[in-house]
Amino acid sequence: MIDELSNPDIPVPDELKASVTITTLDKIYNWSRRSSIWPMVFGLACCAIEMICTAASRFDISRFGMEVFRATPRQSDLMIVSGTVTKKMVPQIVRLYNQMPEPRYVIAMGACASGGGPFKEGYNVVAGIDKYVPVDVYVPGCPPTPQALLHGLIKLQEKIDSQSLRDVRWYKSETNEPVPVPLLGPDLVDPRQYQLIKQRAMQAAAPAEA
Amino acid sequence: MSATAPAAAGAPANLAEHFPEGVAADTRKGYEGYVVGAGQLLQVAGAIRDKLGYDYLSSVTGVDYPDSNQIEVVYHAFKTSGGPGLNFKVQADRNDPVVPSLVGLYPGAEFQEREIFDMYGVRFDGHPDLRRILMWDGFAGHPMRKDWKEPFFEEDLKPFGSRWPGGDVRRSEELDPFGANVQYPPDFDPYEWTPETENAIYKLMQPKADNGNGGHLKTDKLVVNIGPQHPSTHGVFRMVVVLDGETVVDLKPVMGYLHRNHEKIGERNTFLQNMPYTDRLDYLASMSNNHAYALSVERLMGVKVPERAEYLRVLMVELTRICSHMWAIGFLLNDLGAFQTPALYAIKERELILDLFEATAGSRMMCNYMRFGGVSRDLPAALRDENTMDFLRELVVNRLPYAIDELDRFLTHSEILRARCIGVGVLAGEKAIAYSAAGPLLRASGVNYDLRRADPYSIYDRFDFNVCTRPNGDVYDRYLVRIDEMRESVRICQQVVAGMPTGGEILAGKPQYNVRVPAGESYGRVENPKGELGFYVVSTGKTNPWRYHVRAPSFVNLTLLGEMCKGHKIADVVVILGSIDIVLGEVDR
Repeated sequence: MIDELSNPDIPVPDELKASVTITTLDKIYNWSRRSSIWPMVFGLACCAIEMICTAASRFDISRFGMEVFRATPRQSDLMIVSGTVTKKMVPQIVRLYNQMPEPRYVIAMGACASGGGPFKEGYNVVAGIDKYVPVDVYVPGCPPTPQALLHGLIKLQEKIDSQSLRDVRWYKSETNEPVPVPLLGPDLVDPRQYQLIKQRAMQAAAPAEA
Repeated sequence: MSATAPAAAGAPANLAEHFPEGVAADTRKGYEGYVVGAGQLLQVAGAIRDKLGYDYLSSVTGVDYPDSNQIEVVYHAFKTSGGPGLNFKVQADRNDPVVPSLVGLYPGAEFQEREIFDMYGVRFDGHPDLRRILMWDGFAGHPMRKDWKEPFFEEDLKPFGSRWPGGDVRRSEELDPFGANVQYPPDFDPYEWTPETENAIYKLMQPKADNGNGGHLKTDKLVVNIGPQHPSTHGVFRMVVVLDGETVVDLKPVMGYLHRNHEKIGERNTFLQNMPYTDRLDYLASMSNNHAYALSVERLMGVKVPERAEYLRVLMVELTRICSHMWAIGFLLNDLGAFQTPALYAIKERELILDLFEATAGSRMMCNYMRFGGVSRDLPAALRDENTMDFLRELVVNRLPYAIDELDRFLTHSEILRARCIGVGVLAGEKAIAYSAAGPLLRASGVNYDLRRADPYSIYDRFDFNVCTRPNGDVYDRYLVRIDEMRESVRICQQVVAGMPTGGEILAGKPQYNVRVPAGESYGRVENPKGELGFYVVSTGKTNPWRYHVRAPSFVNLTLLGEMCKGHKIADVVVILGSIDIVLGEVDR
């Protein structure tokens, strides 16, 4: 571990090598974060079963320091969106995302969460969770095997490794606005689209009046 | 498959003779059963239940026929003593469909009638709680009607035309003005509108909390929401509970959070395209779902499944049953508070079974294995070889029985398990039948009803196995029934491995991607690990089904949840839910 962290540019006297290592703040900060990503206990559909298998003895997610599944968003770092996102469920998912503290990450697990998958054409299906919350890693598959999910998690670790304290968004002075929670009306209503919906309604009504 | 089919299928008496008024045999080509007038429905259904002995209403569903301007409600009733069923229908005017509710006679129809109301807009006179069930209150339209189009609608039937017209890829998002899967009524103004859907269920439950037990005394009753994001609801399931202290006064399930429009998509798909979708219903038992769908379509096509394929089907289905029951038991213990450890033990051997599925069908969970008239692939060559059947034999002779015994040894006599499960969620046999409960839930209440024996399909009549029942109908008995059933499944697997023909066809005829299915209706059902899984398929003689309905055991079994939880503590609600063993993919479809 010491080798992994140490910065070879700065020499350490031989007699201190056993007890002193020199590294950057970014490296130690990212190393500790990547090795203790706590996912949320959050299963939507079929993919959740493979997520449980990933956590079970054969695939053993704890090799990556991620076995501490938390039942509350307040204690989680990672949301694995494991399954089809439906219109009826998406307000809850957005609310959960808003409740997670920074730094937070999202993995879209499987075809449905990434882009609607086989159910994309369905009237109650949201074609991908990235329409509402920012996604860090997409894992393809229907469902992805546990190996594929682990690969996605390793990719997430690589992403964390590449971040720097200087420009991460959670230390910026401007506040992070929560994602507006969609509402259930005659169809799913995205508060960011009010103007567009009104506009389209007026356009639809116009030829009838003419 | 003609007008005389019901008598030939073993219906005890001609229903039309019993009721000369308002009952007529269904004479459409390929249809079975009777058409009952809406005015006579209650009387006829009462006689079907009490005089003719069809005490188990398996499925209620709707079919839209815009050409004759009718919506048909189709009922499938069976006898718990076994044998074929009776199919009767009511036709209602499409513009204002009203049908008398059968909830008074068959309480198990409650959720299914709500689903028809939600999907087709049929109002059921006398229904105690007619609200939308899968979609939310306030949703515009009844989506299963043939003239209702979803926002991403492309064409009526698959296969679609090119998605690359002129060489450019065309994404659904680019065609929709909102860039998403949404559409709004023309007069919808979001600024003038206030959402109220979340309140409907609380408005319903609040009065039950208000009229307390002490008259003028202040009471403790509370309305509590559990889910849809909750660690112990087995997915995105939601319950609204009225509590008196810690005791449950009333409970209503709220579902639809995983409603993925299987049926609407299924009616656009070709017959074979639906096979992989069935995998995703009860995603812990994909092989079983394949089997039920294949059976219902094969019945219409009239194909004979080759011998080796039948053996392969039974092998896969029984291994699936073991997987599913292992999962159910492991996660029942999770619900009891033994967090993770028993579940890890329980799903250990499941991985070996999934390895076999992956080697055979190509996928661990979503096997998409069966075809109309057989199965898609044979066992891998290494397993087919007589000398190397060792993996399979080792699995069903040694490893699985050992794993089951291990679970049994660790859990069955555990003080905590017994204290938490015995006498909890008691369900009487008659009530289970009336509510159309199925599977281990029904058999743990002492009802000897297993479709593999009661209405044998495939080649189950050749195997020696017992139907497992237990007398008490509590959570503990459901757990025991699952343990017993796994042992019986292992016995069946052992007989399959010993008796499987070594070679031969695995698929009748040549593989076809687009099968043309003769016109008519068919209801195929199997004993899924969760209970009776039925597929109601209507074909018009084309390559796409006109109606594709899933009678999901988890969905119907949930009708009983409120009844079973009343009077128990809130911690027991989770356990009772775990003992029903629901899978949300199947509940919401």
